[in-house]
Amino acid sequence: MPAHDVLIIGAGLAGQRAALAAAREGASVAIMSKVHPVRSHSVAAAGGINAAISIDDDWRSHAYDTVKGSDFLGDQDAIEIMCSEAPAEVMHLEHIGVTFHRNEHGEMDLRAFGGASMKRTAYVADITGQALLHVLYEQLLKHHETVDRYEEWFTTSLLEDEQGRCAGVVARDVRSGRMEAFTAKNVILACGGAGQAYKPTTNGLIVTGDGIAMAYRLGAPLMDMEMVQYHPTCLVETGILITEGARGEGAHLLNSEGERFMEKAAPNKMELASRDVVSRAEQIEIDEGRGVGPGGTGIYLDVTVVPRKRTLEALREIVNLGKDFAGVDITREPITIRPGQHYIMGGVKTDVDGRTPIEGLYAAGEVACVSVHGGNRLGANSLLDTLIFGRRAGEHAAARAASIPMPSVDANAALRRDAAMIDAIIARPHDGRRVSEIKNELGELMNRYAAVFRDEAGLQTALETIARLKEESEHAWIDDRGTVFNQDVLGALELGYMIDCAETTVIGALERKESRGAQFRTDYPERDDDQWLRHIDITLGDQGPHVSFSPVTITQWQPEERKY
Amino acid sequence: MADTHKPPQDFTIRMRRYDPESGEAPYWEDHTVELAPHRSVLEAILQARDRFDGSIAIRCSCRQAICGSCGVRVNGEPALACHTHLDAALQGAKDGVIEVEPMGNMPVIKDLIVDMDAVHWKKVQRVTPWLINKQPVPEREYLVSHDAMVDVTQSMACIQCGACVSDCLAMEVDPGFIGPAALAKAYRFVGDPRDDQQFERLNDLAQDPQGIFDCTHCFKCVEACPKDVNPMGQIMRLRRIATNDHHIVDQNNGERHEAAFTGLIKDNGLLWEAELLPRSYGGASWFGKFHPAAGKELLSSLPSIIRALIRGKVTPMGALKPHKIAKSDLQSVQSIYREIEGRPERYELNLYVSGEDEP
Repeated sequence: MPAHDVLIIGAGLAGQRAALAAAREGASVAIMSKVHPVRSHSVAAAGGINAAISIDDDWRSHAYDTVKGSDFLGDQDAIEIMCSEAPAEVMHLEHIGVTFHRNEHGEMDLRAFGGASMKRTAYVADITGQALLHVLYEQLLKHHETVDRYEEWFTTSLLEDEQGRCAGVVARDVRSGRMEAFTAKNVILACGGAGQAYKPTTNGLIVTGDGIAMAYRLGAPLMDMEMVQYHPTCLVETGILITEGARGEGAHLLNSEGERFMEKAAPNKMELASRDVVSRAEQIEIDEGRGVGPGGTGIYLDVTVVPRKRTLEALREIVNLGKDFAGVDITREPITIRPGQHYIMGGVKTDVDGRTPIEGLYAAGEVACVSVHGGNRLGANSLLDTLIFGRRAGEHAAARAASIPMPSVDANAALRRDAAMIDAIIARPHDGRRVSEIKNELGELMNRYAAVFRDEAGLQTALETIARLKEESEHAWIDDRGTVFNQDVLGALELGYMIDCAETTVIGALERKESRGAQFRTDYPERDDDQWLRHIDITLGDQGPHVSFSPVTITQWQPEERKY
Repeated sequence: MADTHKPPQDFTIRMRRYDPESGEAPYWEDHTVELAPHRSVLEAILQARDRFDGSIAIRCSCRQAICGSCGVRVNGEPALACHTHLDAALQGAKDGVIEVEPMGNMPVIKDLIVDMDAVHWKKVQRVTPWLINKQPVPEREYLVSHDAMVDVTQSMACIQCGACVSDCLAMEVDPGFIGPAALAKAYRFVGDPRDDQQFERLNDLAQDPQGIFDCTHCFKCVEACPKDVNPMGQIMRLRRIATNDHHIVDQNNGERHEAAFTGLIKDNGLLWEAELLPRSYGGASWFGKFHPAAGKELLSSLPSIIRALIRGKVTPMGALKPHKIAKSDLQSVQSIYREIEGRPERYELNLYVSGEDEP
C-alpha cells in the first residue's frame, strides 16, 4: 500500500503549491487528482492576483479592503496573514517563471479590480490562472523525484484510524478502474468548490464539491456554506465568465435605457464595487424591467470604451470568448451578461495553517473556509488564497509528519466497502432516474432559490426538493458497466457530493436571518451584527446536519456600514 | 463569429467508439441531438451522453477552451470539441453527419480519450520545461520589458490540448520528433529574458536529430491550434535565434540547409532542388558540390530521386537547371527579402504583440 507523509487531493493551485511546499520541507509527498493537473479549474481564473507590491500600497490597505469586501464576516487574523504574505508570494511566483505583464519601468504592472482601493492586481493578460497553474506544474515536473503524482485518480473516501484521525484515502485509478488505499500521515484537501451544484455556473464540469463532501462525511464542520458568490459578468446562455478585468480596464455596465446604473448602487466605485453589490444591482435592473436581450434577462457590458489595442493585448481571451460563445466583437459593441454562480466562500472550516478540527486533515483553496472571504470574496483574492494557504498547509503538514509515525489503519475494510459501493451503482436496475436528470434539476433548483435574492419560502422549497433528489440519487442508474474510464459511475459519486454541498448551502441560508455579503434575504434585508456577526458551522451528526455557531475574529477593523 | 440568433435544430453526431474491455474493434455510432447551431460539438456529445448513453467517454471540464481537455478530431480535423460550433462542423461534414473521433498520433484509451502521457507529456518533460534563473535572483521582480513578457505570453497561452500533436505530419513519420507543443513550450523559456540557459537549450534542441530541425513546415499545427499559439512559428523562431543570434551550427545540417533554401529562393525566385543538397553541405560556393557529406547524402537519396523521376515528379532537365520565373516576379520576391532583411530588428509575428491584427 502506498504511504506518504503528505497526500494532497486536488492539483489546482492550492494543491500544487502545498505539494511543492511540503516537498521543500523534506516530507515524502504525493499529489492526486481526478484530472490531469493542468485541467484543474484554477486554469480558468482570468483577471489576476492581488498583492500590495506597489511602493504606494500597504498590505493593511489590502486587508481592510478584504475585510470590507467580506462584509465583516472574514476572520481578520487570517486576512492579515494572507495580505501581509502576499507580496513575497507574488515575487516567488515571478521568480519561478510566471510571465507577469510589465509597466514601462519593467516592473510588474498592476490593474484595477473590484472592491480594491487602488491598483494592486498583478496579471498575465487575462489568462493569469492558466499562467500560474502551468508554471506550478513546470515546478512539479522539475521536482518529479520528490513529488509523486497520481494523475487521473478519483478519491472515493477519506480513511479514519481508531482515534478518529484522518489516515489516508481510498481512490480509484480512472484509467484502469483499479481501487487502491493510500495511507498518509496528513491529507490535504485541495479539490476546489462545488459550482456544478448550480446551473448555470462559471465552474468547470469537474467542480463537484468532492472534498467538501468527503470531509463533511468524516465529521469535519463546514462553515458559512450559504455564502455563494454570483459573478456580475457571465454570458447569459452558457454562464461562461467574462473577467472582472474588463471592468478593471474601464468597461461600463448599462441597462436597457443606456444608463450606468451603478451610479445608484455605488456612486464612488461604480462598476468596481464588490461583486455582491454589482450582482444585486444588475439583478434589480433585470427584475424591474430594465434588462436587455431576449426576455430582458441581461445587462450590457460595454468594453468599447477601453482602447482597442489595450483590449486586444490585455483582454484577448474574452475577445475570443465573445466571438466564439456569444457572437459579439466586444471591441465594437456591448456584450450581454448577467450574474452567475462563480465561487463559494464557505467550505471546510480550517485554521490559518489549513488544519481542520480533524487531526491529520487539512484543507486549502476553495474547498476550505479559513475564512478570508467571509460573506463576499474580492476579485483576484482567490488565487492568492489558494497559494498562501496551500503553502501554509503544506509546510504545517510536513512539520507534523516529521514528529509522528505512519498511522496504522485497516484500509482493506474501507477499500472493500468503496469497491462494493461502486459495484452496486453499476449494477443498479434501470428503473429510477438518470444521474444527469437529477443533476440538472438540482442545478436549476439552486439557481432559482439559493441565488442572488433568497427568502424563507424559496429556501424551504429547495430543502424539501433536495431531500427528494437525495433519495432519488441513491437509486439513480448509469449505463457504463466497464472499468476503464468509467466516467458514468464517477458522475454518480459526484452527484452525491454535490447534493451534500447543496443541502448545507440551503441550511446555512435558512439559518442566517439577515442580509450580509452574498446572502441577501428579501425577508431580512438588513445586516444584523448583534445577532449574526458570527459563522455558521454545519456538522454531520447521527441525526443529520447539525448547526452551531462560532465567533468572527476581529483584530483592527470594527464593523461599519459598507458603502462603495 | 457565432450567430446566436438561430433556433435549436437536429444535428447528427457520428462518434468513433472504442471499448478496450470488449475485445471488439472500434466502431461508429450515430446520435441525433437538438441544439442551436452556435452551440458546441462538446455540448452535442454531452447531450447524447446525458440522454442516450452514459458510457460515452470524453475528457472535458471548462466548456470555454481554457482547460484543454476535450481535444478531438471533428470531420478529420483536430479541434477542441467545446470550441467548435455545430453549424461550422456541419459545413465540413460529409452527408450532413458530423464525425467525431479521437486525436491522432496518440494511442486511444477509450472512445474519444487518448493517452497523452505516453506521447505529449513525455516530450514536454524532454525540453527542460522550467525556468532556470538568471543569477542573482533579485529581491523583487526581475526588471524585464513589457514587450518581452507579452511576447512569451503567446506560447504561455498554450493549453496543452494536443491538437497540434494530433496532426503533426513530422511526428507521423518520426514519432520521436519532440513536436509542436513541446517546442512551443521551449520557446517560452528561450524567449524569457529571465532564463539563464538560452544557448544551452537551443544547442540541445538544434543538435537533437528530433529537435527543431525535424519540423517540416507543414503548417498543420498552426491551423490546429485553438489558442493561436502558432507552434510552428515558435519553432521557426527557435531556429532563427539559434542560428542568427547564437550562431549554432548543428550536426543535423539544419542551419545550412535553411540558409541554402532561402538563398536559392532569393537568387531564383523558386526552389532549385538539385542545388539544394550541395549547398546545404558546402555552402553557396561552387566547390560545395564536392563536400563528402553531400555525396553521401546524395547517394542515400538516390532511391527517392529515381522514384520521383519514374513518377514524373521531376524531370532530369528540371532538376539540373534552375526553374525560371518572370523577371518582374523575381524582382517582387527579392523586394520581400530587402524589406524583411532591411529592418533593424527581426520582425516576429505575435498576435499578442501586434495586437491590432485587423483595422
